[in-house]
Amino acid sequence: MSLSLARSARSDGGPSLPPLPNLKKGPFSTDERQNSFEDITHYNNYYEFGTDKTDPAANASAFPTRPWKIAFEGEIKNPQSVEVDELLKWFPLEERVYRMRCVEAWSMVIPWVGLPLGDIIRKLEPTQRARYVAFTSRLDPTMMPGQRRPVLDWPYVEGLRLDEATHPLTLLAVGLYGRVLPNQNGAPLRLVVPWKYGFKGIKAITRVRFVEKEPPTTWNRMAPNEYGFYANVNPEVDHPRWSQAKERRIGEFFKRKTLPFNGYADQVARLYEGMDLRRSY
Amino acid sequence: MNRLVRSAVFAGFCLPLALMGIEGLGGRLGANPIANLMNRLGFWALFFLLLSLAATPLKMLFGWSSPVRFRRMAGLFAFFYASFHLTTYVAVDQFFDLPAIAADIVKRKFITIGLLAFLLLVPLAITSTDRWVRRLGFVRWKRVHRLSYLAAVCGVIHFVWRVKADLLQPTIFGVVLAGLFAVRLFSPRIPRSRAAAGGALSEGTAGP
Repeated sequence: MSLSLARSARSDGGPSLPPLPNLKKGPFSTDERQNSFEDITHYNNYYEFGTDKTDPAANASAFPTRPWKIAFEGEIKNPQSVEVDELLKWFPLEERVYRMRCVEAWSMVIPWVGLPLGDIIRKLEPTQRARYVAFTSRLDPTMMPGQRRPVLDWPYVEGLRLDEATHPLTLLAVGLYGRVLPNQNGAPLRLVVPWKYGFKGIKAITRVRFVEKEPPTTWNRMAPNEYGFYANVNPEVDHPRWSQAKERRIGEFFKRKTLPFNGYADQVARLYEGMDLRRSY
Repeated sequence: MNRLVRSAVFAGFCLPLALMGIEGLGGRLGANPIANLMNRLGFWALFFLLLSLAATPLKMLFGWSSPVRFRRMAGLFAFFYASFHLTTYVAVDQFFDLPAIAADIVKRKFITIGLLAFLLLVPLAITSTDRWVRRLGFVRWKRVHRLSYLAAVCGVIHFVWRVKADLLQPTIFGVVLAGLFAVRLFSPRIPRSRAAAGGALSEGTAGP
């Protein structure tokens, strides 16, 4: 075990995926030790490709991520369907090294590459009625073998409040370790909301809809008493079946204390002022 | 020959643990080795428990008598894997954080019932020797060892309550266990094997 832990601590880039040029160092990056490319790409919860952590790496390699259109629709002035490679040119790509805290009480430090979602949303010009953003993932049981079993209600859907979606921390990720995002991590593009549990980070996004009412979210529909809409990392509010007070950072032996909002409280706590976070979990 | 077969079965039962050991030494237990080990040890504990419970139904259904000869070994391996599973949780995953463990046992029903399953196996492992069969008398000994069914039920529930969404594996265990129950309940009684030489343990009976 010590050997494998030592291996986890190593960090390196992926050998085969094309590099993403002209990366700008984005704000909010942590200087904590980054998890290895190997660990980040072989320990994934991505049930569309199987429920075992190693299934996505094994089953996602043939998943076609180009061409890929993403539809922006609903309460915006500029609804449109954009090819993902076009979207990448809208703004400079940024590298953001974020902590990722899974609802299963483990965590990683991941060097994402992506676009701030807020920049994209401002360009789309939400109307006065837009209060939430609803994301839909790809439905493709032929290429996503996990969707052939009704483990979850497919396709995967997620949502954010508009102010969460436009928060400077929120990222639409298209890369990892300076290279194109591997399929098992949600290629061609996925959501990264570092102060929320990992399941909010919907992968293989095809549709982004701006709506008035809180949209349904997959894990909340599956078990509403266990997974809330907000899903902010909160050591004080346990999952009904396990504690959220501590987490195991992948590659480390001892558990560490989980921080409120996954350590991003200074940036995001104000979004939830006046809310009872025990009830809105 | 008999000895050879027993050794081969014993080695086979050790195989899952040996594989985990080899993977561990080679650093191939994945990104989260502790969770990997804990899940696999739990899986095999339940597997061997159900295997031990399958011996009598197999005999009732198909007249196979050889599985009964390995029933005790399978049961002890279930206890062995369950012990490693629990030890990994206490000593590695939680690193003896006793308040956290106590809170888990009280607050998390999947842990409560998992611990119960393990505790039920303890007296069965202790009384698994021939000496204990004689001390208790075969009828009473058998009655005590029916606790293994209760332990298996608790083990399956422990698994069902643990998984996040994919109930496939725990469901398979549950269906197999229910099938084993059904065979015992609904099969026509087969004649009690003659209390012959060799004794109850090595011969095994279909039970009431």
